[in-house]
Amino acid sequence: MTNTNYLLEMKDIEKEFPGVKALDGAKLYLKPASVHALMGENGAGKSTLMKCLFGIYLEDAGEIYLNGEKVNFINPKQALEHGVSMVHQELNQVRQTRVMDNIWLGRFPSKGIVIAEKEMYEKTKKIFEDLSIHINPKEKIENLSLSQQQMVEIAKAVSYQSKVIVMDEPTSSLTEKEVEHLFKIINKLKSQGCGIIYISHKMEEILKICDDVTVMRDGKWIATQPAADLTTDKIISLMVGRDLSHRFPPKDNIPGETILEVKNLTATYQPSIQDVSFNLKKGEVLGIAGLMGSKRTEVVETLFGIRKRAAGEVVIHGKSIINKSAQQAIKNGFALLTEDRRQTGIFGVLDIKFNSIIANISSYCNKLGVLNGKKLDGDTQWVIDSMRVKTPSQKTLIRSLSGGNQQKVILGRWLLTNPEILMLDEPTRGIDVGAKYEIYQLILDLAKKDKGIIMISSEMPELLGITDRILVMSNGRVAGIVNTKETNQEEILRLAAKYL
Amino acid sequence: MDKVKAWDKKRTLDFLLNNAIYIVLLLLVGVIIFMDSSFLSVQNFTFIITQASTRMILALGVAGLLVLAGTDLSVGRMVGLAAVVSASLLQEPEYARRIFPDMPQLAIILPILFCILLTTIFSTLNGLIIAKLNVTPFIATLGMQLVVYGVASIYYDAVGASPIAGLDPKFTKFAQGTLPLGPISIPNLVIYAAITTLIVWFIWNKTKLGKNMFAVGGNPEAAAVSGVSITKTIILVSVMAGILYGFAGCLEVARTGSATNNLGNGYDLDAIAAVVVGGVSFSGGVGSIGGIVTGVFIFQVINYGLAYVNVSPYIQYIIKGLIIIIAVAIDTRKYIKKK
Repeated sequence: MTNTNYLLEMKDIEKEFPGVKALDGAKLYLKPASVHALMGENGAGKSTLMKCLFGIYLEDAGEIYLNGEKVNFINPKQALEHGVSMVHQELNQVRQTRVMDNIWLGRFPSKGIVIAEKEMYEKTKKIFEDLSIHINPKEKIENLSLSQQQMVEIAKAVSYQSKVIVMDEPTSSLTEKEVEHLFKIINKLKSQGCGIIYISHKMEEILKICDDVTVMRDGKWIATQPAADLTTDKIISLMVGRDLSHRFPPKDNIPGETILEVKNLTATYQPSIQDVSFNLKKGEVLGIAGLMGSKRTEVVETLFGIRKRAAGEVVIHGKSIINKSAQQAIKNGFALLTEDRRQTGIFGVLDIKFNSIIANISSYCNKLGVLNGKKLDGDTQWVIDSMRVKTPSQKTLIRSLSGGNQQKVILGRWLLTNPEILMLDEPTRGIDVGAKYEIYQLILDLAKKDKGIIMISSEMPELLGITDRILVMSNGRVAGIVNTKETNQEEILRLAAKYL
Repeated sequence: MDKVKAWDKKRTLDFLLNNAIYIVLLLLVGVIIFMDSSFLSVQNFTFIITQASTRMILALGVAGLLVLAGTDLSVGRMVGLAAVVSASLLQEPEYARRIFPDMPQLAIILPILFCILLTTIFSTLNGLIIAKLNVTPFIATLGMQLVVYGVASIYYDAVGASPIAGLDPKFTKFAQGTLPLGPISIPNLVIYAAITTLIVWFIWNKTKLGKNMFAVGGNPEAAAVSGVSITKTIILVSVMAGILYGFAGCLEVARTGSATNNLGNGYDLDAIAAVVVGGVSFSGGVGSIGGIVTGVFIFQVINYGLAYVNVSPYIQYIIKGLIIIIAVAIDTRKYIKKK
């Protein structure tokens, strides 16, 4: 039955959630001493499959073999004890406690019932030394940078001395240098015979580090091929099931006169933005690029009035304005689509109607403050139709939609406020490739309707694909503003490192 | 230069704000001493720490649940249950209105252990309801508050529905006695509270249960994927709380000399208030034994001090209420990120 050449075999895994078949005959075969990429659009079932392996979910059907032996973990503890560990996509850390408490959580070294503090410290130090990580084991997690937190998670997964290590988007908050560092760690693990399942959306990384690639789509297994035989385009076409030669819609917006001027904007609570100056034209898409921690989000948040500004001027149509709160910003024609959709975008437990109209609520009130139901329905329908939201009804809870459709609702929410300046912070994060195209199209359509658009993105191709100009942030300052047509990735990366 | 000055000013302000609760309390104590300088005496200090003792034990129990991002509204009624049951089993043999006239005189340890067992069962039920049925702790323990009060009242009615007094002197001495230590004598209650505090400190800081408790309270998902059993942790912390409640209930009745089914009413909110003033976060994952000791002590100083200088009980309520709000507002300030 089983082929013991594989370290891990997952066969015909099925998993159904109410209303969704999340996994439908998914499979994965992991060789020892190899890095295996697991790819697919968001919602393809990669994380679900890994959660079935790790005992967070229990699969409905299918078999899992570890070293040729059938296993069925019912909780993460069992998985860890059998040599399967995982770097989770969401940073699963207890922020209020120390680094070493997090590393040894669930398996504290102890003498009798007493925790062996010193041993814990020494062991943590040893692990960090082995991996060349320079973090004080006694530091509290909340005092670490995001990338340090991620390195702690990676060190933790390694410290279980597992044979199978799952890394779910391990590089999402790492700088390029740290990614290199991680790759060194991965190669070391590989040389020790570990099998690594690597989930990432970053094609360059996959092709660089992985030996094999398994592609999933809609919960199904699509293909497994050696990475050497694949290209970015090939992987994408396997992921989306069609040839995606046009990743971006044709650009036909024409920037007009200047509508917004920002002069020497500086935030009150530093480290944050300093002396940020730029302008934005009517019908223009201005990208903001920068590394993690370069304070891109702080630029739009300060403009939107939700961060305090110490100095600087914001001029709209020649008139100096001050946004001291989001309410004022909305009145002045600003809209901000926030970076973290789940935290600050959607109201997950509420329906599409509520999520559509909430930013514009005062315009539905009559003199007595009573809401006009018909107008609410009408505007919600407008959001659904014009944004092409795929939903059974206005009453559907927004959290049951896919990421892309959620994002469309939120974009629609902001358009209802009739903004002149739309600020989009990572508008395509966590959205699958097909839906991304639709979001791009919507952005360009808005530009054609003379909106000024500021778009922050960590995906270089996307910035190069749909913006007119790109502002590059480096360490809280503007490193340069370049014309998209005349620039390339190298120039942007060079600028991004200017003030480091 | 100006920049340096502004920075110093800001730091001073931060320092004052971060320690505002202690400053307010020092001022309050200052005012009390100013109004009646006799407040400052060893005797008063002894009274305060003696009165604080049972509250300390209760606070330690409820604090664990707060660290788990939970709460417990049934504390007071658990104290009442332990009090009536232990009192009824520990009456003097010669007492005329003895509830169980034919019962032999029990060693005091037996009824105490029995009461601890009782409250531990109810507290464990709380834990099971929270962990297994996923009922929010506020609702689960609100319900349990009523259930336990009902049970204690039924028992109280069944044994005569009048204050249970005439306690075995060995039992009252267990709580009211003192341990002579050279020139001073330390009240037994203070010793029990101190020992309990040390044990709980040890559990919180030196054992797996303590670490797991902070992990589950700080980030339950992280705890789960690291192989920590959330259910087990919640239940063990509830068991610990139940033991402390039962013990405190017995001490409380022995201290006061008699019990009704209403004994302990409101102790839950007092305990929670003292704990949050001591810096335990309501959102879980944060707290220290030192803070809790301080919180309990602060409350007792206010209680006793204000009464000592004859401040009207109604005004005392207002002062206590404001202190809770200010303390938590200031504490929360530390965790809010400035934007």
